[in-house]
Amino acid sequence: MSPLPIPWLEAAIFLALTGAASISRLHNLNRAWHWGVAFTGAVFACTLLASLGFYLQVPAETDAGWCLQQYLFGRPYLGLDELNAPLVPAVALLHFLTAAATARTKMRSYSLTWSLSAEAIHLAKFACKEPAILVVLLAVGAVLPLVELVNRRRPTRLYVLHLLLFVSLMLAGWRLLVTAGGDASRTTAATIALLAAVLIRCGVVPAHCWLTDWFEHSSFGIALLYVLPLSGVYAAIRLVLPIAPDWVLQGIGLVSLITAIYAAGMALVQHEVRRFFAYLFLSHASLVLVGLELHTSVSLTGALSLWFSVMLSLGGFGLVLRALEGRFGRLMLLEHHGLYEHSPTLAVCFLLTGLASVGFPGTLGFAAADMLVDGAVTVNLFAGIAVVATAALNGIAVVRAYLLLFTGARHTSTVSLKIGLRERVVVLTLVALILGGGLVPQPGISSRQRAAEEILEERKGHSNASDRSYPCPPALSSKRCYRIHPTARRQNLSAIPSLLGWRYLAEASPTEKAVCTKSNERALEPVFAETYF
Amino acid sequence: MLDAVEWMTWLGMAAIAAPVLLVVFLGVCSLLEQRLSEQAINRSIQAAIGVGLLSSLGVLMLMLALGTRHVVVYVSEWVNTAGFHVAVKFVFDRLSVPFAILSFVLTGTIAVFGSRYLHREPGYNRFFVLYAVFLLGMIMAALAGTIETLFLGWELVGLSSALLVAFYQERPGPSRNGLWIWCVYRVSDAALLLAAVVLHHMTGEGDFDRLLGTGPWPAGRASVSGTQAFIVGVLLLVAAAGKSGLVPFSGWLPRAMEGPTPSSAVFYGALSVHLGAFLLLRVSSLLERSVWLCAVIVALGLLTAVLAYLAGSVQTDIKAALSFASLSQVGLIVAEVGLGFRYVALVHLLGHACLRTLQFVRAPTLLHDYHTLENAIGEHLPRPALPINHLIAEPVRLRLYRLALERGYLDSWLRSYVVVPFVCLFRYCDALERRWTDFLTGARSRESDEVKPIPPRIEELL
Repeated sequence: MSPLPIPWLEAAIFLALTGAASISRLHNLNRAWHWGVAFTGAVFACTLLASLGFYLQVPAETDAGWCLQQYLFGRPYLGLDELNAPLVPAVALLHFLTAAATARTKMRSYSLTWSLSAEAIHLAKFACKEPAILVVLLAVGAVLPLVELVNRRRPTRLYVLHLLLFVSLMLAGWRLLVTAGGDASRTTAATIALLAAVLIRCGVVPAHCWLTDWFEHSSFGIALLYVLPLSGVYAAIRLVLPIAPDWVLQGIGLVSLITAIYAAGMALVQHEVRRFFAYLFLSHASLVLVGLELHTSVSLTGALSLWFSVMLSLGGFGLVLRALEGRFGRLMLLEHHGLYEHSPTLAVCFLLTGLASVGFPGTLGFAAADMLVDGAVTVNLFAGIAVVATAALNGIAVVRAYLLLFTGARHTSTVSLKIGLRERVVVLTLVALILGGGLVPQPGISSRQRAAEEILEERKGHSNASDRSYPCPPALSSKRCYRIHPTARRQNLSAIPSLLGWRYLAEASPTEKAVCTKSNERALEPVFAETYF
Repeated sequence: MLDAVEWMTWLGMAAIAAPVLLVVFLGVCSLLEQRLSEQAINRSIQAAIGVGLLSSLGVLMLMLALGTRHVVVYVSEWVNTAGFHVAVKFVFDRLSVPFAILSFVLTGTIAVFGSRYLHREPGYNRFFVLYAVFLLGMIMAALAGTIETLFLGWELVGLSSALLVAFYQERPGPSRNGLWIWCVYRVSDAALLLAAVVLHHMTGEGDFDRLLGTGPWPAGRASVSGTQAFIVGVLLLVAAAGKSGLVPFSGWLPRAMEGPTPSSAVFYGALSVHLGAFLLLRVSSLLERSVWLCAVIVALGLLTAVLAYLAGSVQTDIKAALSFASLSQVGLIVAEVGLGFRYVALVHLLGHACLRTLQFVRAPTLLHDYHTLENAIGEHLPRPALPINHLIAEPVRLRLYRLALERGYLDSWLRSYVVVPFVCLFRYCDALERRWTDFLTGARSRESDEVKPIPPRIEELL
C-alpha cells in the first residue's frame, strides 16, 4: 500500500499542535530545542508527503474510504490545490529551518511553543479554502504576535489597534457578505471591508506601522515566521479576488504599488538592520499584491512565483541577518562593520539571498520578476516602470546593507564567529533551492501558471454569475473531493441532477461516483451552492 | 561522425560551458569554505579560459572555412508558458565572435598578470571568484541570442564590477565608490529590463533574430516602426550610457579605479566599459529605423568624448587619466555606431580595448618607465601645451579648466538633484513615521534607537 493516501496534512497540523503542547512543559532549553527541531522536521516531512500525494494524483483519503476531516467535522475543510500545494511545505520548511538554525544565544528568546502553534495555524490557513473558516483562522493567527509581545513585555498598544481594526473589518465584511442576499451595494461594502482588512494584514501604507513595530519588539526568528508566509496575500486570493469588481482590484494595485516604492525607498535610508529588513519585506509583499491586481495570466503567474521566491529568498536573507544578530547583537547601518573576514560564507549567502529576492538573473526570483514586469507593462507602461524602479531600489538597498555590514576595518576576535554547521546547512539549503529554482524555473512556473489559471477561472465564473457570492464552496471543488469525467463535462449537467445537491463524494451514489475521476473539475464551476451561506 | 555544423554547435557550447563550470567550481568551493591554493585557482582559470578561447577560435575557423556568417547555439527553453516565452540561445556572428575572443584573450592575459599582482593578498580567492563571474557575464553578453540572456550577462558584469571596486574592503572609500557604481548600474539594468519587456511585447519573444531581422549581423533589418524603435532605442541608450559611463553617468568611471589594477584594466579599460557600445552595435539595425535616435546617439557620444577629453587632461592620477582617455574613445565609438559605421566601430572597439589594457597594466610602473626614459635621454620629458590653448580666451579657458576639474559637474549634479532630495524625502517620511508610532504606542516606540552604532566586541559580551 502506498503511504501517500494517508491524511498527511491533518497529521502535520496535529503534530504541530502536539509539539507545541509538549514543549511548553519542558524547562530545559536545550532539550526543548531538540524536541522542537524534531517536531518541525516531522511536520515538514508530513507536508512534503501531502504535497507529493497531490502532485502524483494519489487518490484522496476519501476514496480510500476514510477521511479524518469527514469523520471529525462531517466534511473536509482542508485540502491541497494548485495554489497551496507548494506553499504548505514551504511554510513548514521555513519553520523547520528557523528552528534548526537557532543559535544557543537565541534559544531563550525564540519560543518553540509559539513557533509550533503558529505553524499549525499557518498550515491550517494555507490548506483552507473555505472562506468562513479562513476568516476565523486569520483572526486567530493575528492574535499570536500579541502573545509574543506580552511575553516579552513590550508595548502592545500599536499592534492591538491594528489588530482590532483588522479583525473588525474582516468580521464586518464577512457578516455583510453573508447577509447581502444579492444586494449589490451591501456586497460592494462587504468587499471593501474585506479588502481593507487584507490590506492592513499585508501592511500597505499607511497601515504598515504594525509591521515595523513588530520587527522592533519581537524576537527576529518569530517575526520572520509570522510575516514571511504572506498570509495577507493568501487571504486576498481566497476572499477578495473571486468577488471583487475590477475597480476594487485597481485600487489594491495602486495602493500596493505606492507601498512597494515607498517601502523600497524607506529600506534605503534605514539605520538599523531589522527595520531595513521589514521595509524590504514590505516592498516585496506589495509587489506580489500588484501582480494579483493585474489579473492577467502572465502577471498572476509572476506574482504567485514571486510569492514563493520571496518566502524562500527573504527567509534565507532573514536567517543570515539573524545569525549575525546572534553573534553581534542588533546591528546598525551607520558604520562599516567589517564582518566579512569573520564569516565569508554568511557574507556570500547574504548577497545571494538578498539579490535573489530582487530578482537577480539566475535566481528563483528572476523569471517571476520578469513575468510580473511583463504583465504590468501589458496593463500600464507606468505600472511596469514602477515595478522595475522598485526592484532597482531594493537591489541598491541590499548591496548598501552588504557593504555596510561586511566591509570596513576588520577587528580581530579571540572567539570564532564563523558560521556554524547547522547554520551552514540551513542557509546552503535555501541557497540551493534559490539557485536551482533559478536555473530550472519551468516546473515551478508551470505549477504557478496552473494555479493562476484556476484563480482566473474562478473569478471568471463568479463574474458570469448573477449574484456576488463565492463559487461552489471551495472544499467541494477540491480535487480531493471529486472530479467530473471529461465525457460527463460534454454532457448536459442536468444528466446528473443530484450534482447540485452534492456536498462531498461520500454522499454520491455509486452511479454518480462512476463519472468522478481524476480529470477536470471545471464542469462544477457553474454550479453554485445557493444554500452555502 | 559529426559534420561541420555540429562541430560548430559543440564548440560553441564549450565556449559557454567553460566559464560556467569555472564559476560553479570556484563558487561552490568558496561557499563551502574549501580554501583552494593560488596554484589551483590559476590552473582552473587558465584551463577554462584556454578551452573557451580555443572553442571560439574553432567556431571562427569553421565559419570562415564554410562561409557561414550566423551560427545559432540553442541551449534550451528556459521558461515557456502561455503568453511568456524565454529561450537560452547564443549567436556566433561577425560581432559576437570577435568580442568573445577579445574577452577570452584579455581576461586570460590579465588573469596571469593578476595572479602575480595579487600574490599572497588576503582576498586572492575572492578576487578570482568575482573575476570568473565577470568572465561568464562578458561571454554571456557577447554571445547572447536573446535579450534575456544578454540581461543575465549584463547583470553579472555589473555585480562583479561593483564588488571588485570595493575589493580593498578595509577602507570605506572603495565601498562607497562600489555602492555608487552599483546605483548607476541598477539604473542601467532597469532600463535594459524595460527594453527587454517592451521588445517582448513588440515581437512576442526576446530573440534578436525576431527583433533585428533574420539576416546576419550587420545586414539585419528590424521589423519595428520608427516610433517603436525610438522608444526601445532610448531605453537601450540609457542602459548603454550607464554601463559605458556616457554622459550623464560618467562620474562613476574614475571612482572605479579604487579596485585592483588588474580588474581596472580589464573592466574599465577594455571590456566592461565597451559593453554599452557593444549593445548599441548589437541592436544597430533597430537604431537605423529612427533618424532621431541616431542623432541622439551621435550627440551623446561626442559630448562624452569632449567631456572625457577635458576631464582627462587635468587628472593627476594615472589610472584616472587613463579611465577618461578610455571614456573619450568609447564616446567616439558610440558616435560611430550612431553614424552607422558599424565595422569601423567594431574595429575601433577591439583595437582600443587591447591598447588600453596594455596601458593599464603598465600604470603601476609608470614612474619607473618615466625615469628610465628620462635617464636615457638625459633630460625631463617634454610636456607640450595643448595646441588650441592660444586660441581660447583666458576666462573661457579658466571655466573649461574648472569644468574639467569638476568632471563636468555630473557627479555633483546627480548628488544634488537626485540623491540628496531622495534621501531627504525618505528621512522626512521616517521621522513622520516615528512620531506616528510614538503617538500610537504612547511612549518611545523604537528600540533600535538604543542600539550603538558599532556593536561591542564579542569579548565584552562574554
